[in-house]
Amino acid sequence: MSERELSRVAATHRGIHQRLDQLDAGRAPAFDPHRTLRLRIELIRQLKRRRTQIAFALLLVLPLGIAVAFKLGGSAGDNAPQLVSLAVDGGYNFALFTEFASVGFLLVVVVALFCGDTVASEASWSSLRYLLAQPVPRARLLRQKLIVAAGLSVAANVVLPLWAFLVGGAFFGWAPAHSPVGGDFPGSGSPVRMLVIVAYVCISLTVVMSLAFLLSVSVDNPLGAVGGAVMLVVVSNILDQIAALDPYRKVLPTHFNYAWVDTLSSPIRWDDMYRGAGVALVYAALFLGLAWLRFDRKDITS
Amino acid sequence: MGRVREILASRRSRWTAALAAVVLVAAVVSIVAAAVSGSSDVRVSSRMITGTPEGRQAVQLDTSLYLPAHTPAPAVLLSQGFGGDKSGLDGAARTLAGDGFVVLTYTARGFGRSGGLIHFASPDYEVKDAQALVSYLAGLPQVQKNHIAAAGSSYGGALSLLLAAADHRVSAVAADITWNNLSQALFPNFAGQGAGVFKRLYAGSLFGNAVPSGEAQRGTDLGPPGCGRFAAAVCTAYQQSAAHGTPTAAMTKLMNQASPATVVDRIDAPVLLTQGEQDSLFPLSEADATARELAAHGTPVRVVWRRGGHDTGTGTGSATAAASSWFHTVFDGRVTAKQPWRFTEQAGVVSANTGDASEQTLQAAGYPGIAGTPARTRTVTVSGPAQPISSPAGGAPAVITGIPGLGGISPAFDQTLAALPTTAPGQTAAFVSGKVHGSLLIAGQPTVRLTVTSSTSEAQLFVGLRDLSSDGTSTLPSQLVSPVRLTGLTPGTATTVTVALPTVVRNILDGHRLVLTVSSTDFAYANPAQPRSYEVALAGGGVVTLPTASGSAIDAGHPVYWLLVGGGVLVVVLLLVAGVLLRRRLVLRPRPELAAVPVAVDGLVKEYKGGYRAVDGISFRVEPGQVVGLLGPNGAGKTTALRVLTGLITPTEGTVHVFGEPVVPGASVLARVGAFIEGPGFLPHLTGRENLRLYWAATGRPDPDADFDTALEIAGLGSSVDRRVRTYSQGMRQRLGIAQAMLGLPEVLVLDEPTNGLDPPQIAEMREVLQDYARTGRTVVVSSHLLSEVEQTCTDVVVMHRGRVVAAGSVADIAGAGGVQLAVPDPEEASRVLAAAGIVAERVPARRALEDVFLGLIGEEE
Repeated sequence: MSERELSRVAATHRGIHQRLDQLDAGRAPAFDPHRTLRLRIELIRQLKRRRTQIAFALLLVLPLGIAVAFKLGGSAGDNAPQLVSLAVDGGYNFALFTEFASVGFLLVVVVALFCGDTVASEASWSSLRYLLAQPVPRARLLRQKLIVAAGLSVAANVVLPLWAFLVGGAFFGWAPAHSPVGGDFPGSGSPVRMLVIVAYVCISLTVVMSLAFLLSVSVDNPLGAVGGAVMLVVVSNILDQIAALDPYRKVLPTHFNYAWVDTLSSPIRWDDMYRGAGVALVYAALFLGLAWLRFDRKDITS
Repeated sequence: MGRVREILASRRSRWTAALAAVVLVAAVVSIVAAAVSGSSDVRVSSRMITGTPEGRQAVQLDTSLYLPAHTPAPAVLLSQGFGGDKSGLDGAARTLAGDGFVVLTYTARGFGRSGGLIHFASPDYEVKDAQALVSYLAGLPQVQKNHIAAAGSSYGGALSLLLAAADHRVSAVAADITWNNLSQALFPNFAGQGAGVFKRLYAGSLFGNAVPSGEAQRGTDLGPPGCGRFAAAVCTAYQQSAAHGTPTAAMTKLMNQASPATVVDRIDAPVLLTQGEQDSLFPLSEADATARELAAHGTPVRVVWRRGGHDTGTGTGSATAAASSWFHTVFDGRVTAKQPWRFTEQAGVVSANTGDASEQTLQAAGYPGIAGTPARTRTVTVSGPAQPISSPAGGAPAVITGIPGLGGISPAFDQTLAALPTTAPGQTAAFVSGKVHGSLLIAGQPTVRLTVTSSTSEAQLFVGLRDLSSDGTSTLPSQLVSPVRLTGLTPGTATTVTVALPTVVRNILDGHRLVLTVSSTDFAYANPAQPRSYEVALAGGGVVTLPTASGSAIDAGHPVYWLLVGGGVLVVVLLLVAGVLLRRRLVLRPRPELAAVPVAVDGLVKEYKGGYRAVDGISFRVEPGQVVGLLGPNGAGKTTALRVLTGLITPTEGTVHVFGEPVVPGASVLARVGAFIEGPGFLPHLTGRENLRLYWAATGRPDPDADFDTALEIAGLGSSVDRRVRTYSQGMRQRLGIAQAMLGLPEVLVLDEPTNGLDPPQIAEMREVLQDYARTGRTVVVSSHLLSEVEQTCTDVVVMHRGRVVAAGSVADIAGAGGVQLAVPDPEEASRVLAAAGIVAERVPARRALEDVFLGLIGEEE
């Protein structure tokens, strides 16, 4: 107790004072920096957020909407590309069409959302400095956040075609995939191709993922990070249309975005997918390396 | 770099810099685009050159000369197709001139502004004209000696081949979509001997190309009516043959002298043959025949099967490009007997842009049967009973497989045509095969044996091979059928023949079937007026021999290298970053002599961009059990110092040691420090309790160590702790934040302005808690600009101003130098005593601290 007699006034939480009186001196805790911010904890932090739940809800609603539209609207019309007019042939073709329609923008926005929001939102809530002061080592914080964000992005990439396959199958039947080239892929050909497509889309979206993550580390505003990554994709698509820039177009990050349609030839043509994966890896490595280097010595003022 | 930062500091210069960057990028992009597209520097001049006279009349040929940027250069004589004039060659001429060739285009005799009549590739007229032009080219100073080539499409291609046979100054030839044997082209017969079926529609439109329309038809110096500018002999021969449907003797002689097949043994110049896959006028089999004949003679020949042809009219650009590269190869002396063979697979890949099927070009090492390249075949068996078909009187209705100029342009048109044979019932016999296993790329001319019985002494059949997919759609590749004309038959007796099916490139996918169709009529050909009936059956077991090929896609490059490069860059970046991060870690060393000192700050300096020093060389020590106050006005550097202490900011100079360990971002010793810096930070969508739990879980330490009960009691939120943080007031968040800092009861507690937003009872409570906390042997560091707070809470104080430590010591030392007070129970008595002693005393009423009064008035909370 203090020297002034305040027992009448300040005895609000007398229990605390007794508790503190009985405390022994502190000693160094058993602390292992490699156990901080485990993946399960970070996953809980992200899954409980409204935007994660809404993004996944949107991904689940979209194929239903498309299937209903096809059912009500009839065939795709004579001028539609083959991929579109084949969409009602069965579950696999429906999933292919949904993927074709979503890869350009929807999945880009979802991935940018998951990866661009993760560090910047902590900064905007001021909770980043408390995490870092625990201490969670900076590189470890980035690593755990990246793993969880990437995991959620991959989950979104898998959920969309898988759910579209189930919805398409329920609405249009379970025929094996028909290729616009004119063949179909019975037996294990169709699921193998879907797997290759999903894997390739994940790899090609690592560019968006890594840039969104870099921006998330650099700016304190989550919308800025997400918007910046989406802007990159838009600008890259615009530049990709300019044929005069050949052969430099091949190094644009979004040039090989649709290379996965090569799986619909028989046999699968891997050429453009190798190129696209190589380009994506280079961009991802550069952006993530920059993110790590920046964050390691950044002055946290948020 | 600092200079750049200075420049970028002001807002206006930032806008200027941004604008300059945009302009620079735009300039770079446009320069690159211009460089890539290249500029052409081609000079064109026209002149009339004397050709072979027509009887006694002199003939002038209308020519254009295209000169490239650099001369002397090799020369190309470009001949036109049948119809139009030299203006149709302008695009190809410019392309070749841009590639560094001198190009001479000319309008053939009987067309455009050239004089003379059309003798149709006659060696005495058109070929002699071309020789005169070669002489002209050889005489030009801009032309390299012995480097003259001849090129052309269709009619021009045949002319080029005939020219090369006649004139050995021509050292290279590129013939596009042209014929080998004009009889076989116009009267094709793919089984049996003798003249075949008259290709009525095509021949008629070809002939019509030479007949000018309008008032020129009324000119008096033209030949017989309906002949236009054809020479009379040619015109008569053609018209008689067309009327009969079989070639007259004169026509046969004319066609032979116009066919490269008769002169191919005199061609020594290497030849490039580009032929269209969608061409029913001069199909791929024509180029195949020319290639084999040339190879047999020992002349190097390269074959390219390209998209397009007379049926669709597309793909000439690729022919020009192929010719250009062929001429470079020949003139560089790099020609060998074995040449790669290119062919195009329609609908081979899915286009990434549109999701539709698109073509791909494949390349094989050599042409089958030439220069030792093996020819590979596979067999498929079709089956079916003998079927009767009939040819109607008058030749109508006829089966429609293709219409010249419209064939094979889109899958939709193909499907439409596929439905049309039903309008000609009873005219087609079909034999179906079993399912094909594994995909099969047909590239070449399949063959099959048939047994035919006719009701007359002649039989005229059209044989095709269709691709039937598993969902029932059947496709006739390139809309081609093979006409067959058998003569000298005995009515009612069967004859067995080997039929050469159309030469196509087609990928038969797994599970598809092949359907051999035999029709009695075809719309594009001359059908017999008399009615006939046939019976068609399979011979030789129904075996269809299919030539197959495999090729690799061109421009394949080595895409795996891209992947390897990508992986390599990833590994390199990983190692670089890891190296940099590790190197930064190893700089600071622990100081074991300070192992018992909770906080030791030494010469700390933090300088921001622009030279502003937030902290300018502060040093102090904190001992265990102390409550240290960092006191100073706003901007003194207190918060900066505390941020450095918790590893959020890296100092420019100086060190901070906690229990002897240096403090860097992420240092493990920070686990012994609990921090509350510049306000609380919580996840607004979670409750207060969940926030604390998640925060502790993130440290990785066991839950019992946290002492949640103590922390929640200190926060004092009651039931509000289970509401979401976004509903809290500022004071509630503040208290929860301080409680979060106390989780785990750390040995050093760092609080930055903890009383911000708390009301006086809470402030007083906090004061007690901190003092109790310090009494356990732990250390508290509090920063504040409220003097009374620091005075009442702290045992020691560090006064800062403008980033420097102005004073440091215990509160008593610094604040206690005021003086001594004497307290007396009775002021009246004391003043009387002093007055009697002669000391002047003044009575001053005692003042109580406002805080004491206030707290006394509001009383206890619970």
